[in-house]
Amino acid sequence: MSYLSGVGLTSFGKHPGRTTLDLMSAAAETALADAHLERRDVDGLLCGYSTTFPHLMLSTVFVEHFGLQPTYAHSVQVGGATGFAMAMLAHHLVYSGAARNVLVVAGENRLTGQTRDAAVQTLAQVGHPAYEVPLGATIPAYYALVASRYMHEHGTSEADLAELAVLMRRHAITHPGAQFHEPITVDQVLASKPIASPLKLLDCCPVSDGGAAFVVSREPTNDFRVRILGTGQAHTHQHVSAAPSLTEFGAKASVERAREAAGIALSDVRYAAIYDSFTITLTILLEEIGLAPRGEAGRRARDGYFNRDGRLPLNTHGGLLSYGHCGCGGAMAHLVETHHQMTGRAAARQVKDASLALLHGDGGVLSSHVSLVLGTP
Amino acid sequence: MSETTSVLDWTAGAEGIAYQSCPACSNVWYFRRSFCPLCGSAPPDDRQASGLGGVHAVTLVARAPSDELRSYAPYLIVLIDADEGFRLMAHGNPSLKIGDRVRAGFTMLAGKLIPSFEKVEA
Repeated sequence: MSYLSGVGLTSFGKHPGRTTLDLMSAAAETALADAHLERRDVDGLLCGYSTTFPHLMLSTVFVEHFGLQPTYAHSVQVGGATGFAMAMLAHHLVYSGAARNVLVVAGENRLTGQTRDAAVQTLAQVGHPAYEVPLGATIPAYYALVASRYMHEHGTSEADLAELAVLMRRHAITHPGAQFHEPITVDQVLASKPIASPLKLLDCCPVSDGGAAFVVSREPTNDFRVRILGTGQAHTHQHVSAAPSLTEFGAKASVERAREAAGIALSDVRYAAIYDSFTITLTILLEEIGLAPRGEAGRRARDGYFNRDGRLPLNTHGGLLSYGHCGCGGAMAHLVETHHQMTGRAAARQVKDASLALLHGDGGVLSSHVSLVLGTP
Repeated sequence: MSETTSVLDWTAGAEGIAYQSCPACSNVWYFRRSFCPLCGSAPPDDRQASGLGGVHAVTLVARAPSDELRSYAPYLIVLIDADEGFRLMAHGNPSLKIGDRVRAGFTMLAGKLIPSFEKVEA
């Protein structure tokens, strides 16, 4: 058994002058205070990576900088799936007895710490260095290739995709920490600057500065009782050229594993936190997992199904698309928001019932999948 | 295999698309390596693709990743299902659509040779 005993999240957007370590420290400080723990209580540390601070040993750098003395520490790298992969590992570490309190932390000044071109080029390196990157491919282009095929097979329209961007923006407006607070319409998404067809600017998550952290504990450390009930992963390929399919990925298998470990049915889920690097990412994940029928994610968003007061509230902080995306911390914001919802601390965003939550993240080009089921007893 | 030297490969600067196949299990794949990723047998056969295939996915890239590539944008990136049974990424004529029959040609992009596909009548 493991408990998600505390969470911390900075605002996302511009944090000029703040480094990777500054943003990691800010989030870690908040998470420890939230868990009612001191630095000396942390015996396990898991870190992600930072593209603006590429270090061979980020976890030990953070140990020294933040002032920890853990008996277990290292970094984890599976792209966008890193945050949830660290939650899964922390769960197994405390479950096995290897650690009592695992601090998981990520942060990056991805927006102000480098040029826009540098960010685009660094991220494009998840593509194949010999067979894909020389073609001038980018992360949006890899996902756009998937989008073209998925839309061809399932009849999804660009307006359907846009509905998910509109939904995430609607949610972000109610969160003071979100990068974007101006409402957008489907027409604005459709008219936004072309990036890689069919994806336009507003189909893509922004680049952000930010930090996120959480603590996974063997025993409760405060009044919160949010438990990690089940975890799962699936890894099918790295490069989109080598993906077994552009319409079926590892998401379903990953969620099935987490669901079976937790002993729950999909219909039991009351709150969903799903990775949304692009509108097509969210569309495919929702539909493959089974939270919307094929071709129906956009319609469900339009009909209010995923609203705060809808049948299945989704990414109520605004997701990567509108809260922002700072790298490993991006999906961890989904987890922080889930915890706030499950502990009744989501203020104006509070949903009625978040007692059982499903979280799912992907890294690469729908390459690495990690799923979590969280529950309150 | 002695074929190795005779197979033209655009990633090595020669006008051709190379792929590999496994003599043991008949698996075919694109990214070069020294063993079969399905059954582990080694060495694989190096083969020359015909350059014929069908368009599986397309995107018109408007936002290029660098100054060097900006002057080429917008450019069409495609995933092609080669007749030999493997999939590859390449450039293509901006008019290409999913399902089109295509044939490979070669062009220069920012100083590097790359494959670029044109439509052929089915």
